[in-house]
Amino acid sequence: MNQAAAYPGFLSPTGVEIVFVLVGIATLAAAVITVTTRKLVHAALWLVVALGGVAVEYLLLTAEFIAWVQVLIYVGSVVVLLLFGLMLTRAPIGESPDADSGNRWVALAVAIAAAGTLVTLVVDAFRSTWIDLDGAVQGSTRVTGESLFRHWVLPFEALSVLLLAALVGAIVLSRRNGRGPAGAEGSSRTGGTAVRSGGDPESRTGEPSAREHSAADEGEAR
Amino acid sequence: MHLVYPAVLAVLLFCVGVYGLLARRNAILMLMSVELMLNAVNLNLVTFDVWLRDTLHAGQAFTLFIIAVAAAEIGIGLAIVLLVYRNRGSSDIDRLRDLREPPGPGADTVGAGRSATGHPATGGGDTEDAVEPTDGEHSSQHRNPARRPTA
Repeated sequence: MNQAAAYPGFLSPTGVEIVFVLVGIATLAAAVITVTTRKLVHAALWLVVALGGVAVEYLLLTAEFIAWVQVLIYVGSVVVLLLFGLMLTRAPIGESPDADSGNRWVALAVAIAAAGTLVTLVVDAFRSTWIDLDGAVQGSTRVTGESLFRHWVLPFEALSVLLLAALVGAIVLSRRNGRGPAGAEGSSRTGGTAVRSGGDPESRTGEPSAREHSAADEGEAR
Repeated sequence: MHLVYPAVLAVLLFCVGVYGLLARRNAILMLMSVELMLNAVNLNLVTFDVWLRDTLHAGQAFTLFIIAVAAAEIGIGLAIVLLVYRNRGSSDIDRLRDLREPPGPGADTVGAGRSATGHPATGGGDTEDAVEPTDGEHSSQHRNPARRPTA
């Protein structure tokens, strides 16, 4: 066996590396489908696959707690909120031909240029660097909790204040107030046209979704 | 594990997010692209935290904070998108062009049509009328009949 096939090397991948690359390919494919599909609801559902794949990558990097937080917050609440948003803005179920903007080719050029530059840089910088995953687990719940509540208590509390502000802001933004003409018309006119009566419940259901979402986040962060 | 694998995956996820943010037209799809970019950054933070064996675990703590801030961001962002949709009848960011530069003396036809209908007698619905003549398509049609009898 020559030196190229020695243990830490490209030619002798470990099982963790093989699984990481396979899950990474699936994640990347799901992300590409997310940003290119013309069906809006399918984009949100492929986003679930991409975020779940990232959670598996966290697990492979021995960051267990972050993996489960990722599953809870992203897959559980953010994607559900995005689906709520898609439905409340009456996104078409089928294909919507104007999902992509006119400057798609410029965006593609920018993304490919950025990817080429960054991949070249990263591969060149970390060519001979290996992560030691065999030692103590880096991200178990005990380790993360101890570091979080021993060294990061003040940012953690500031974050809870931020979540409270976001909760209040979401409620204020999605509330239909009664003093303006728009609010008076929305509350008094119930028997308008069909479009009018269909437009009313969307504002009602928008409120509790934002509220319960922020409440869930608040509970998680505690 | 070789450090290049997660780093390259994070780079590629970020660039996919950049493409989606620039190429998409629907505001909610842009929020999804932002989530992809945030996930790429989180993956990078966790990778380097595990590689450096940081005693403070700054990378993982920062990842948790970013996840929480992203949840707050998606809540506020969706509230704003819903508010825009309620007022405009469309969540299409290409049509939110009220704050653009006013057309100069040599204005094109789009600017002329906008300035002609941008000041109706009733002050209630001018923001919706201002976006209508640029490209009045399906998304503003099903909203405006509801607004007409009230204005």
